[in-house]
Amino acid sequence: MKISLMLNGTKIEREIAPDLLLIDFVREEGCYSVKRGCETSGCGLCTVFLDEKPVLSCSVLAARADGHAVTTLEGLQKEAEEFGAFIADQGAEQCGFCNPGMIMNAIALFRENPDPTEEEMKEYLAGNLCRCSGYEGQLRGMKAFLEYKKQGGAV
Amino acid sequence: MLKIKNYVKAESLEQAYELNQKRSNRILGGMLWMKMSNAQIQTAIDLSGLGLNEIEETDESFRIGCMVTLRQLELHEGLNTWFDHMMQNSVKDIVGVQFRNLATVGGSIFGRFGFSDVLTAFLALDTEVELFHAGILPLREFVTMPRDNDILVRLIVKKTPGAYAYLCHRNVRTDFPVLAAGFACTKEGVRITVGARPKKAMLLTVSEDMAAKIREGVCSEEEIARIAASLAKEVPMESNLRAGKEYRSHLAEVLICRGLGILQERGPKE
Repeated sequence: MKISLMLNGTKIEREIAPDLLLIDFVREEGCYSVKRGCETSGCGLCTVFLDEKPVLSCSVLAARADGHAVTTLEGLQKEAEEFGAFIADQGAEQCGFCNPGMIMNAIALFRENPDPTEEEMKEYLAGNLCRCSGYEGQLRGMKAFLEYKKQGGAV
Repeated sequence: MLKIKNYVKAESLEQAYELNQKRSNRILGGMLWMKMSNAQIQTAIDLSGLGLNEIEETDESFRIGCMVTLRQLELHEGLNTWFDHMMQNSVKDIVGVQFRNLATVGGSIFGRFGFSDVLTAFLALDTEVELFHAGILPLREFVTMPRDNDILVRLIVKKTPGAYAYLCHRNVRTDFPVLAAGFACTKEGVRITVGARPKKAMLLTVSEDMAAKIREGVCSEEEIARIAASLAKEVPMESNLRAGKEYRSHLAEVLICRGLGILQERGPKE
């Protein structure tokens, strides 16, 4: 079957198998930030935006993205780099495997709620698992980033 | 691994219903549960192009399309205002935001899953199910029906003034619930649902005189504890990996007691 969608701002048309998962589709297109983790819809590693909403690309068919916009970390370079630096400053990523999914979902949170409380951050990121850290580093990084934004982006 | 041979984005409910009569074909909801199976599907039927992803609010009810996501339920201001944030509380611990942006109301209700927070919550409300072929029937009737090849089109939730609450216990946040309970106190009485027992949610009712006392806020703590103990005994429990049946029975008593306390505190709404 043929699908047509916007991937990271570029319109593409591809012939796909009906049961191709979105994660496999975007990885075939070179978006290697999207990782396969738990395969049970529980870890958040494979987070992408489908029409600006964060979803698990391991649990949605590529066919469902037909006519829609898909964004991966590769499509958010500047925004992701800016926030990612604060995560790195805290040494929060450790092995780094969860980082792309965590950054995608954190960006979704900041877009939806630019001034979240700690509880709201924990709630929003509950679907992103990190097996290295206790999430404290990520939380510190997020708080530091939000403070930086409040100060108008100056360190 | 899930295998799908053909994919059809339905252009009408009639077309979807016709296709769904073949046993090897399947309607797609959020497909989060289906994806975990080893099913071999001849034709996957996608309803996402039929405008069933909206929550429509009328003077009498909320009409919730089968493709509405759990995240939409969570954020809907009207539902939260009317039902004391019951829907929000019932879905907020279901995995994460990314999961809830995919999981659909239709998939959750049609599956009649034992672990379903969504079914437990809607069953406590005055909810009807609209099926394409069988028409409109109460959700309490639908949960007892065997699975067939009909299509769940939408839920219709009546705007009944009252006090509402949702409580659950999880071993770990984002896991399936060990036990879930929905509560509604309206002019018609007090309805309690207990789900994840671990079988699917069941409905309990409080006696008329006690319901009247709860509505008026004059039920003593001892009376509430007695009602909770007696209702908890009515709920058949089973054991699974998450908890034993004795623990679940104890938990039911605790949650019912707390829930009735919340209803009484919130008082009746006109």
